[in-house]
Amino acid sequence: MASAAPPTPALSLRDVVALSGRFPLLAGVDLEVDTGEVVLVEGPNGAGKTSLLRVAAGLVPVTSGRLTVLGLDPERYRTAVRRRVGMLAHASHLYDDLNVRENVRFAVRAAGADPGRIGPACERLGLTGRLLRTSAAKLSAGQRRRVALAVLVARAPDLWLLDEPHAGLDASARSLLDELIGEAVATGATVVVASHEPELLEPLADRSVTVNGGRVTGERSIRSPAPDVPIRAVGSAERAAGPPVERVVHVA
Amino acid sequence: MTSTVVTERSDDRRRGDGADPARTGGPRNGPPALSRGTVLATRVVGVAAVVGVAFTVWLGLWVTPPDKVQGNLVRLVYIHPGVAWVALYLAFGLAAVASLLYLWPRTRSLFWDRLAAAAVEVGVVFNVCTLISGSIWGRPTWGVWWAWDARLTSTAALLVLFLGYMALRRVPAEPEVRAKRSAFAALFAALDVPIVHFSVVWWKTLHQGATVLNANLSPTIHGSMAWTLLLGFVALTLVFVWMLLVRYRIGVLEDWVGSGELDLALRERQAEGIAPPTASAVVLPGPPVPSETPAGREVPREIAEVAQ
Amino acid sequence: MWRDAALVAGKDLRIEARSKVALSQVAPFGIVALGLFAFALGPARAPMVSGAPGLFWVAVLFSTVLAIQRSVSVESADGARDGLRLSGLDPAGLFLGKALAVAAQLVVLELVLTVGVVLLYGAAVKTVWLIAAACLLGTVGLAAAGTLYGALSAGIRVRETLLPFLLLPVVTPILLAGTRIWQAGLAGGTPSDATPWLHLLLAFDAVYLAVGVVVYGPIQEAT
Repeated sequence: MASAAPPTPALSLRDVVALSGRFPLLAGVDLEVDTGEVVLVEGPNGAGKTSLLRVAAGLVPVTSGRLTVLGLDPERYRTAVRRRVGMLAHASHLYDDLNVRENVRFAVRAAGADPGRIGPACERLGLTGRLLRTSAAKLSAGQRRRVALAVLVARAPDLWLLDEPHAGLDASARSLLDELIGEAVATGATVVVASHEPELLEPLADRSVTVNGGRVTGERSIRSPAPDVPIRAVGSAERAAGPPVERVVHVA
Repeated sequence: MTSTVVTERSDDRRRGDGADPARTGGPRNGPPALSRGTVLATRVVGVAAVVGVAFTVWLGLWVTPPDKVQGNLVRLVYIHPGVAWVALYLAFGLAAVASLLYLWPRTRSLFWDRLAAAAVEVGVVFNVCTLISGSIWGRPTWGVWWAWDARLTSTAALLVLFLGYMALRRVPAEPEVRAKRSAFAALFAALDVPIVHFSVVWWKTLHQGATVLNANLSPTIHGSMAWTLLLGFVALTLVFVWMLLVRYRIGVLEDWVGSGELDLALRERQAEGIAPPTASAVVLPGPPVPSETPAGREVPREIAEVAQ
Repeated sequence: MWRDAALVAGKDLRIEARSKVALSQVAPFGIVALGLFAFALGPARAPMVSGAPGLFWVAVLFSTVLAIQRSVSVESADGARDGLRLSGLDPAGLFLGKALAVAAQLVVLELVLTVGVVLLYGAAVKTVWLIAAACLLGTVGLAAAGTLYGALSAGIRVRETLLPFLLLPVVTPILLAGTRIWQAGLAGGTPSDATPWLHLLLAFDAVYLAVGVVVYGPIQEAT
């Protein structure tokens, strides 16, 4: 596609600093994720991977720097952005007193998504029969994850933010998750995944960024970009104002 | 692109706090300096307050005559309405307005938050003085220390709301969160005060069958009493302003100490990315980070200094 | 906004239907409070009867604190508060929904306590609509102000002790108004005694509902 203007990135952070009390979660992050990309975020514990996702989700306010999600300012267009962004966090946001079906139903309707998608999504995630009527308090961690995933699938957001999605899932659930990511990308969604085990996700990812000390300290390309996708060069006109981030680019 | 325009505006809003004196702090620089004008103004107000109070005391206790009905007890009129005016209208009004200004995005600045907090704290002092002076005045008049007089009860209600505000402020949180929380609490309290006032007044006056105590603490004022009363108002207002300025300054210093820790934490956080994290809290000089020092941003300036 | 409010209210009430906390804990607490008052004032009937309106409303106020605490703590498990924010629910709808759910529980509670007051204190209800009006209007105000303060203190660890201290002084007008209206209702007095108090309750409700709808979103994001 030889279009004149580059497509709007799904997620764009420019020197973003985010604080929690006195502690800087992000200390100046530069990151751009194009629509339809699958980006892997790696880094040691406490590096800021989860914080990066939370900032992108709009849960943590940005103290300085510029954040654009799906082309919009998340503080100004809060509801619009949140309805199109889906996050799979460590916590599953479930209500213990309600059963699986009620939890999924509430979450999907709260996000303004089509309730008709709930049935197929639950089936896809293997949430059927007795499991649907089980109260959330009785679920195992892996099952809670699956419920949260079902909500995500039913909502079909444009931007998926997954925080350690493979944690707590058995092998079959993991392969199911990989399928779901693939399907999401095929429908045009963008996926950003934070993980301790990047090897598991490399088959799916286009790119990997390393986060350390609250900043993006490295980046590598996993899958070579398609010929018609413009390559982002360091120091392009747009980025002249910001500090160049150290990059190691090699083709896997 | 519209998003550019929008985000830059929100950037400016955030940077507006960067100009806040307490946030450019840190152990590197000294505490935010007071302009000479501020120091002079504080001194002048302080001296004027002391002089005013001294005059009021002299006039009130010795020069003015005792009242026909209340005798020497009437001398409380030089204090009680004055502290009441400060506590109920000046302090509370200031706190409410400052909180609103903090909440309004265009005027948001931690200055208003600190001002509101200072006003509330000093207001508590004056509020307690109001209650004590009112109680002392009421004792001989009513025969009891507390007669649930409408105005004093409303004052007590305001005191409790003030104390709630201060309790909320004591919860550890970052300055912006604390400021927002306190501002909302002040807003809710401000909306409640007129309702409480009316309900208490009606409680006393609309109640059938109960003895409505004639809590007429206001005697007729004339001559030298009027001037002394006015002087008392002015003197007490000056006392409030002086205490407010001092308390505000303390708030600035507290926040400055806190933000110094922030800069340290920011440097340490980035050092994690450069050098392997160690157990000690000392910032290790790591290998130079290939980043230019961007102009006009206070945070990265500290990083560049560390990297060199 | 109303759609979101209905959704959230439905969710909270469904949780209550499952867990039955308000029914099995808050309402009995209210009855216990009435009993404590009886012990404090009795054994003669007279002080209890004359104090019945006020004691009823004090019991309601204390129970409201519990109900609000419960409403807030439902969201604190498993990061549900984050989930609500992430879903893009209209914050005004969220406020109204939670307030509606609390109000529904309070109405049931007040029904129970009214029966309690009639049975235990021997109070006789003369003008039913006055009693009902006081309860309904008072409930709306309690639910609105309570939900607001609940949100304000949601992330605080000392919420259990802070919330009563913040909320109870603010809702004293409801106590005063409710008591006066109940006195008129129990004594069969003329409604004109109660009219200014009814207006007061209406004003309180209007103020806190309006403020809550506007301000709940910023509070959520800030804390």
